[in-house]
Amino acid sequence: MSFLELNKVTKIYPNGTKAVHETSMNVENGEFMVFVGPSGCGKSTLLRMIAGLEDITEGNINLDGILINKVDPSERDVAMVFQNYALYPHMNVYNNLAYGLKNRGISKEDIEKKVNEAAKLLQISEYLQRKPSMLSGGQRQRVAMGRAIVRSPKIFLFDEPLSNLDAKLRIQMRLEIKKLQQKVGVTSIFVTHDQVEAMTLADRLAVINNGLIEQLGTPIEIYNNPKSMFVAGFIGSPQMNFLEGELKNKTLTSEGFEINNVTSDFNGPVILGIRPEHMSQTDKGLINLSVDLVEQLGSDNLIYGEIKNKKDFCFRCSGSQIIKKGSKLSLNINDNNYYVFDKSNGNRVN
Amino acid sequence: MKIKLSQILAHIVLILGVLLMVIPIWLSFASSTHDTVTILKEGMKFGLGDQLTRNYNEVLNEKGGWSEEVTAAKMFINSFIMALGIATLKVIISAMSAYALVYFRFKLAVPIFWLIFITLLVPLEVRIFPSYKIVSDLGLTNSYTGLVLPLVASATATFFFRQFYKTIPDELLESAKLDGANSWRFFIDFLVPLSKTMIAAMFIFMFVYGYSQYLWPLIMTTSEEYWTVVMGMKIIFTESYEGVALPRTAERFAYIILSMIPPVLVVVFLQKWFIKGLIQTEK
Ligand SMILES: Nc1ncnc2c1ncn2[C@@H]1O[C@H](COP(=O)(O)OP(=O)(O)OP(=O)(O)O)[C@@H](O)[C@H]1O
Ligand SMILES: [Mg+2]
Repeated sequence: MSFLELNKVTKIYPNGTKAVHETSMNVENGEFMVFVGPSGCGKSTLLRMIAGLEDITEGNINLDGILINKVDPSERDVAMVFQNYALYPHMNVYNNLAYGLKNRGISKEDIEKKVNEAAKLLQISEYLQRKPSMLSGGQRQRVAMGRAIVRSPKIFLFDEPLSNLDAKLRIQMRLEIKKLQQKVGVTSIFVTHDQVEAMTLADRLAVINNGLIEQLGTPIEIYNNPKSMFVAGFIGSPQMNFLEGELKNKTLTSEGFEINNVTSDFNGPVILGIRPEHMSQTDKGLINLSVDLVEQLGSDNLIYGEIKNKKDFCFRCSGSQIIKKGSKLSLNINDNNYYVFDKSNGNRVN
Repeated sequence: MKIKLSQILAHIVLILGVLLMVIPIWLSFASSTHDTVTILKEGMKFGLGDQLTRNYNEVLNEKGGWSEEVTAAKMFINSFIMALGIATLKVIISAMSAYALVYFRFKLAVPIFWLIFITLLVPLEVRIFPSYKIVSDLGLTNSYTGLVLPLVASATATFFFRQFYKTIPDELLESAKLDGANSWRFFIDFLVPLSKTMIAAMFIFMFVYGYSQYLWPLIMTTSEEYWTVVMGMKIIFTESYEGVALPRTAERFAYIILSMIPPVLVVVFLQKWFIKGLIQTEK
């Protein structure tokens, strides 16, 4: 039996919006699970049902062997970090951390000990007497984390906690959250719409689309083996290139080139997916790209151009290579690293 | 340093405003230090006279009314108790009913809110007979309870508290819930401290409202023991002078000045919170 079990969980809001469809999944003890998906796909709703902040329309949620559908949020022993932190504005940092412990009737000395420990772990010891309004965004973020950690709950829930920070701080906090979770070892669920955040943080990743889990697996599994066009397009940056084509007797025809011996019995219109980093330059390659735009990132170059009818085709190469606008490149796909999807439903067919 | 014309203008307006507020008070105070005859003859005074101690002594110690027993001091105390009771209960009841309306999303919350709101259209003066009937049936005439109780429900304060609670982000409640706070704790630990400036402001308004009640205590009380300041002003301090009943104007001014003290004290006491409540919300 897993630590957290979702069994055919469905959420229909009173206004009729179906935000989550019959979702089932398990999260193991100590695991870092990330929910990733576009805006409005139901990530927050799913998380809030686990927290007890939304009613469950149908299905069951078990936490640590207990059915928690009807358990009040105050008794679930879960901690949540909100996007806007939701710190208690009228309490200083110390009391922000101590409040949940006080409500559990823990003795004063123990509270002090735990708060100081958590504060030290998060490097907020010097701010304990300050009100949240006197802290920077990053410091507030830490306090919100501290409030979750100090109670040593069964599970941490994060709802896009980094999206209010600037890019640099975000990367730093991302790292710290990961380290902290490994240190504390508490089962965590992290919601984000940023696929880089998802890839870097997750032990396992659930890609959610329209209230359904499209794919569940480790980040590398999902990157290497996307099950659908949606997942393929969502995970990976820059985005995978999609080309229209036709598959017939294991031969794929697309935008002026052909691929033979495709490992699929599918026949009909397909979408061919190629990641920008899965190609390299050769003399007589498959794909002929005329370069429109070069983005130099320093370590890498992102080359955008046209192949036959397809605009904005992206190719990624080392930053040391000098490529000019207007030049023509000849590219090959490395090691048959391409993906074929059924055009009608987006499912992977190779 | 350059002083802008607009700043000068602003200060002139402010000074005029202050004068407008202060002059009547000063006039009353200055007049209260003369004797009645001077004022009746010469009108209100800007300068100070020499009757200050006599007039104020007179007011504080004079026994008035038919029983010759009620003193001004007693009336101040009555009014103070009444206003304090009204203000305290009004604030508590309004804050709690607003809490129920905003946070307990029961189906009838909106109709009930409007029902509370339209009681603004029926102030006590309009429903004075039914109110009197109820209070007298309950045997509450001539009691502090009777003075306070019919005035404690407040649509205005409920409305303000409701609007304030609505601005508090939902995440705060959710986060408190996850921290193990029940509804009662959320009210005490969050809404009360967050709205303390609002509470102070409401308390002052309601105190002044209670303090200046006239019609209700007039109807409610037959015993002089429960007379209030505003009633007393009319009833005591007339004097017969050459066969005509003349108002004792100087003492009345002294009485007015004294009657201002309790509300002023409340304002001074709560000022720190009150000002904050008007100019900022701590969020
Ligand atoms: N209280 C509500 N009542 C009705 N519909 C809602 C409510 N809350 C959310 N929804 C709808 O449910 C769907 C899922 O919302 P949810 O907040 O879970 O999305 P999300 O994946 O967290 O998106 P984001 O990344 O923008 O936060 C959306 O279509 C949204 O409009
Ligand atoms: Mg969300």
